[in-house]
This record gives sequence, C-alpha cells and structure tokens, in this order.
Amino acid sequence: MNVLIYLIPIALFMGAIGLGAFIWSLKSGQYDDLEGAAWRILQDDDTPKP
Amino acid sequence: MTLPCCTLDGEYFQPFKLEGEDAARWISSAGPGLKRIEFLVPQANRPESMSLIETDLGALAGVKSARVNLTGRRVAVVYEDGAIEPQALIDRLGFLGYMARPFDPRETGLTKDDKENARLLRALAVAGFAASNVMLLSVSVWSGAEGATRDLFHWLSAMIALPAVAYAGRPFFYSAVNALRLGRVNMDVPISLGVLLASFMSLFETINGAEHAYFDASVTLLFFLLAGRYLDHLMRARARSAIAQLISLSSEGATVIDDDGSRRYVPARDLRAGMLVAVAAGDRLPADGLIRDGTSDMDRSLLTGETAPETVKPGALVHAGEMNVTAPITVEITAAGNDTFLSELVRLMSSAEQGQSRYIRIADRLARFYSPAVHTLAATTLIGWLVLGNGWHNSIMAAIAVLIITCPCALGLAVPAVQVVASGRLFRSGVMIKDGAALEKLAGVDTVIFDKTGTLTKGEPALVSPLMVSTDTLALAAGLAQASKHPLSRALVREVAKRGLQAVTVSDIAEHPGLGLSGTYGGEMLRLGNRAWCGMEDSSEDHGLLEFAFRRGAKLPVLFHFEDQLRPDATETIAALKQMGLAVHLLSGDREAAVTRVAETVGIDTAVSRASPQTKLAYVDALTKAGKKVLMVGDGINDAPALAAGYTSMAPSSASDIGRTAAETVWMGESASAVANAIKVSRRTQRIAKENFVLAVGYNVLAVPLAMAGFVSPLVAAVAMSTSSIIVIANALRVGLGRTAQAGSAKVKADTALRAKTLRDAA
Repeated sequence: MNVLIYLIPIALFMGAIGLGAFIWSLKSGQYDDLEGAAWRILQDDDTPKP
Repeated sequence: MTLPCCTLDGEYFQPFKLEGEDAARWISSAGPGLKRIEFLVPQANRPESMSLIETDLGALAGVKSARVNLTGRRVAVVYEDGAIEPQALIDRLGFLGYMARPFDPRETGLTKDDKENARLLRALAVAGFAASNVMLLSVSVWSGAEGATRDLFHWLSAMIALPAVAYAGRPFFYSAVNALRLGRVNMDVPISLGVLLASFMSLFETINGAEHAYFDASVTLLFFLLAGRYLDHLMRARARSAIAQLISLSSEGATVIDDDGSRRYVPARDLRAGMLVAVAAGDRLPADGLIRDGTSDMDRSLLTGETAPETVKPGALVHAGEMNVTAPITVEITAAGNDTFLSELVRLMSSAEQGQSRYIRIADRLARFYSPAVHTLAATTLIGWLVLGNGWHNSIMAAIAVLIITCPCALGLAVPAVQVVASGRLFRSGVMIKDGAALEKLAGVDTVIFDKTGTLTKGEPALVSPLMVSTDTLALAAGLAQASKHPLSRALVREVAKRGLQAVTVSDIAEHPGLGLSGTYGGEMLRLGNRAWCGMEDSSEDHGLLEFAFRRGAKLPVLFHFEDQLRPDATETIAALKQMGLAVHLLSGDREAAVTRVAETVGIDTAVSRASPQTKLAYVDALTKAGKKVLMVGDGINDAPALAAGYTSMAPSSASDIGRTAAETVWMGESASAVANAIKVSRRTQRIAKENFVLAVGYNVLAVPLAMAGFVSPLVAAVAMSTSSIIVIANALRVGLGRTAQAGSAKVKADTALRAKTLRDAA
C-alpha cells in the first residue's frame, strides 16, 4: 500500500493542473467571445499586415 | 461638423461625439503610455465585420491593437496616449459604416453578466475537480478498503470535498437564504440542506473512524446542478445583451440651431424644450416638437403601424421616432427626454409589466410541495427511530440519509435540461427565447394576437400592379424615384432592380413635399406622386392599396399600386395555429381597408383597425381579464405596451428596438412559420419536462422507504442519484430529436441557409 503515498499526490497534482489551466483560460478571457472564436478559425490570415 | 454617415442598410445616423469631461469615464489605462477604450458597435454582427474592423483600425497610426467581441458586439482598442484621439476612432468606424458608441460597462450591467458567467464556470470547474478525485477515493472504499486505509481515504476526501462544497455551493446557499428570508421555499432549500448535511455528517463519521461517508454524493450533486445552472444562465445572458444594445442606440442626438444661426450637435439627453432642431431627410426625430419651417412627409409606421407617409406642414405636431422622408425641416422641440410620446409608451409598458402577476416557474411550483414533504419525512424518520429505541446517533443518521436521498438532483436537472435542449433547437431554427419562463408560458397560450405592419407583413411595400407596364415607363419612373427616400419610391427602385432594368438618368429632379417628384427627360416633363400632382381625378374608393401616379409629358398618367407584402408562410401559419386550437386576432394601427384586406387573405376573423398603443394595451388587458392567455406578436414601437401586457410575446428581428426588448421571444428570418413552430416546440418541451418530473419523483418514491428503513449506504446513494440524473438528461435529449414537422417544413429547409446568415443577429 506504500505506493499510495506517490499515487495519490500524483493524481491530485494532475487534477490541480487541469483545474489551474481552466481557471487561467477563463481569466485570460478565452470564454468571453465564444461566437467570435468560432469564426476566427475560418479566417485567412494570409494577407500581410501593413 | 461631420456629415451624417450611412449604415450598410442605408439608414442615416449621426456619429457619436465624445464630450470633454465625459471622455474620461470610458478610457482606462493599459500599461505605460497606453490607453484602452471600448465601443459598442451594434452593426458588427458578421464575421466579415470582425476582420474588417480589426485590420482597418489596427492600421491607424497610434493604434496598438483592435479586437472585436462578436458575441457582445464590442470593439476594444488599445492606443498610444496622445498619438490618436478616441474621436478619430469613432469617425473611422463611422466611415466604415458602423455606428459606434463608447461602452461603459457600469451603465448596462453587461459585465455583471460576464462576471456571473465566470463565477459559475469557476464553481463548475472546482466541483468537477473535487467530484472526480473524491469519486476515485470512494471507489477504493467501496471495493473494500478497510481500517487505516479507509480512514486515510475519508480524510483525503474530506480535505478535497469540504472546501469545494464551501466554494462551489455558494450560488445555491445564497439563493436558499434569500428565499427563506422572503418566507418562500425554492428548490435550492432542499439542495443546500442535503449537501450541507451530507458533508457535515460525513465529517462527523470520518472523525469517529466510521464506515459511511457521503463526500462523493455531495460534490457530484453540486457538479450536476451547477451544470444545469450554467446552461440556464447562458440562455438569459444572451437575451440581456440585447437590452444593452437598445440602451446604446437610443442615445442618438440632433443638430441644434442656436439663436445666432450657428449649428451644433447635441446628444438626445441634452435636448430641451424650446430648442430649434434641423432634421435632414432620412433622419429620425430625436424628440417631440412642432414644425417651424419646411414641408415634408413623415413615415410614422413604427409609431402607428400605417405604411403610407403623411404630409406635414409648419405648425404640425411631430413625434420622436418618426422618420422625415422628403425634405429637411426645422422643428421646435416641445418635449424632450422623459416627456416624449416615446417615453410615454415606455411608461405604459412598465406599468403593464407591473400589473402582470409574477409567473411562477414550474420547478418552483413543485418546490412548494416538495420541500415540506421531504422535511416532514425526515422528521418522521427521526421520531420513528427514536420511538423504536435506536438511540440518538442512529436515528439522526437515518433522518439525514432521507434528506440526502431526496436531495432533488434529478429534479434540479429535470426542467433546465429540457429547456436548454429546446431553446438550442429553437435557436438553430432562428427563434430566440429569452428565458425558461418564456418557454413555459409559450406552451400555455390559448390566444394569439398579431400586429399587421412588419409582423404579418414585411413592412416594406412592393409593386403589385400594373405588372404589364412598359419597360420605358418603369425605368423613367425609377429614375425619378432614385432621388427620394419615400417608401414607395424605394419600392419602385427595388422593383426595377429586381427586373434587371437600369433606371434612366433624369435631370432637374425636384421633390415637392406632400405632392411628389418632378424632373425632365428629353424635353418632356416627368411627374411622380399623388393623383392630383399628375392631374388625375381623386378616387374615393379605398382598396387598401398604396398608390403613386406617373405622368410623362402630356400622355395619360399611369397608376402604380403597391402593397405591403405578407411574410412567407403567413397564411399557412395562421391555419396551423387555428388547427392547434388557438384563437387568432389581428390588431393594427393601419387603415380599415388595408387591415381587412390582410385579414381576409390570411384567414383571420377578428380584426381591429386604427388601434392606438393605448387601445392595443386595453385589448390585450381585456382578454387577459377574461381569463385568456395571450401571445402578442408585434414589432412596432406602438406594440410595445401590448407586448409587455401579454401573457407572453414574440417579435421579429426586424422589429423596433423597443419592440424587441419588450418581447420575450424574437425570431429571425422572413417566414412567419416561426410563431407556430415555437409554440409547437414549447408544448412538446413542457410535456417532456413533466415526464421528467414524474421520473424524478418516482425515483424518490422508490428510494425514500429504503432510506427510512436505514438501508441506504453511500454506494447506494451515489448509484441511485447518478442513474436518476442520467435518465432525466436522456429523456430531455428527446426534445432535440423528434420530427421537425411544421407549417411549410420544406420551405423551412430552403430558408435555413438564409437564417444561418441572419442568426448572427443574435443579440
């Protein structure tokens, strides 16, 4: 059962990374414009910026 | 003085002016030497506008970045302080054809929604994290972990679950406390009680090294319920941002003429009675007033529902919201801001809303019986066990088990899940429901009242006769009509373009307000306008049609007839509504002949014409008093009070802003079939929601005796709760399946491409 000493912290740590990543993406505004994001991916960025 | 710009659809507007002391509240700092300003740009509703605005503004000297938020229709610009003035940004947007206005989040409450959104998402993430980890540990306990290992797992679970419950459970706790304070019970009361008791009891058990801990149940429950709440919130936030757009649009302004003859731009809120205002052809009036100078025609369709413009002379009373069609006029303001006809209507509207009894949603109605029943059962269990001599500890445990097992997880999901699926399905077909309550109310209506102009009809006239007119005549008439903003002139120009003809260039065009247009072509005098203008005798017959006469030189005049055309599927929709057992009425502000004509065409028996906004409101109120549940369908400013007074209401997306705000449901696209479709889907939704209640309550009926007898272990609780939730969600998904059958369903498919385009108008 000693292996639990490693496994449980690893499981919690991985979960915490996921949670942290989600909260970061929320804070950086990635959920602010769901509609715009859906269209942005279809746009061509080929035209060089002046 | 900047010239008025015109938007993509040809309407004119005055660019917003940033005033000195006002400017500071919109501008925030964005790092050293950088400033940030946000604009509301209501017309930025297409993906193309996104890239256009971003590349164009981004290329301006001094602009660091420009980013469009398509959902909120906002543009955020970061610029170097001093390198460019914010006013230049507004002017540039105006040049691109977008009316822009600085955006102050505080005034609209829009960011409050954004914040609430983020808060729910964060709570959902925390609950999800806790649920998955605690479940991991719980499964080990159920598979037979014992002694010190079990205690360790329980303690770990407690350390994860307790903070998570304290954080993620707050939306429910606050709502429950608020309800109790008002002396009411809602579903959040049993939810909060169940979650909190489960957590504390489990902690108590953990401290005592006992076997049963319900940490997994409390956090999974929160996770499921938060998902339902987040979806519910998304649905409502979408509707509220539409209201923010309205506030932004009503703050236009006017050109004021000072005593010394100089002209300046004044925002609408600063207009005062007694000021002289110049109104160009094509502008909407900013306030009520008397005409001092100039003769013109006023398009009053938004206010009265009448399609034919009315000629106005000096001394005539004109109202805010009317459009000046033919010639520039000078108006002396008699009332501004809170005293206008428009604000009178807004007042009527809010009193109509207050008069309406508060609708109680189906879930809350159930909660009134559910909570007392559950709490009585728990108390009975406690007393029963004590009487049977089981001691305090075991008796309390059994009572708490009852509360946990009856915690309305499935009930909390039963309605939101169905409604979210239904509103998603309606959204795809172009119908936007403002909230779940509107969907429930739509299912209960028994009377439908339609407005005519702009609702059953398209609100723009089209040429109906003579169809066999010579190409020359039509092209010449259109050549004259090009110079005018009169609705009938525009209809002529549209007709010519539709037939693939080229309008002839006519010289010396002059517009004579109240009469028509004149011009010369090849030495011949051309005239377009009313009968008298073209030397025809007036006819007293009224066919409900609009007409324009055209005369070339000394030839006999030609009479063009126009009609406000019906929306596609209007007749089928009325028939479908009648078939569904609904009474259909027509309530219009237009002339009797025009109303009768439309009523006969679509097959409505009860039609009222010449109805003022007050009459419309009274009509709806009278029906409501007679016990009818009225669905009001309308678009104009004059429909707004009636829309607010109806049991529920619908408006097309082409409606006036105030109409769209007042209505609880807005549909996109031209076809009128959306009305019948929305009612059909809402009825089906209501049926499935009720089925879900039966399923959820049925589960409780089975589980409660087990809990009262003391047979419920954490494993049983977890399995039972998840299964019931999954069954309820699976049943909800049935709304999304099913047939799409409706009036003119083939037509709907053809319309889909068009609607997908207009869908982006979604507020």
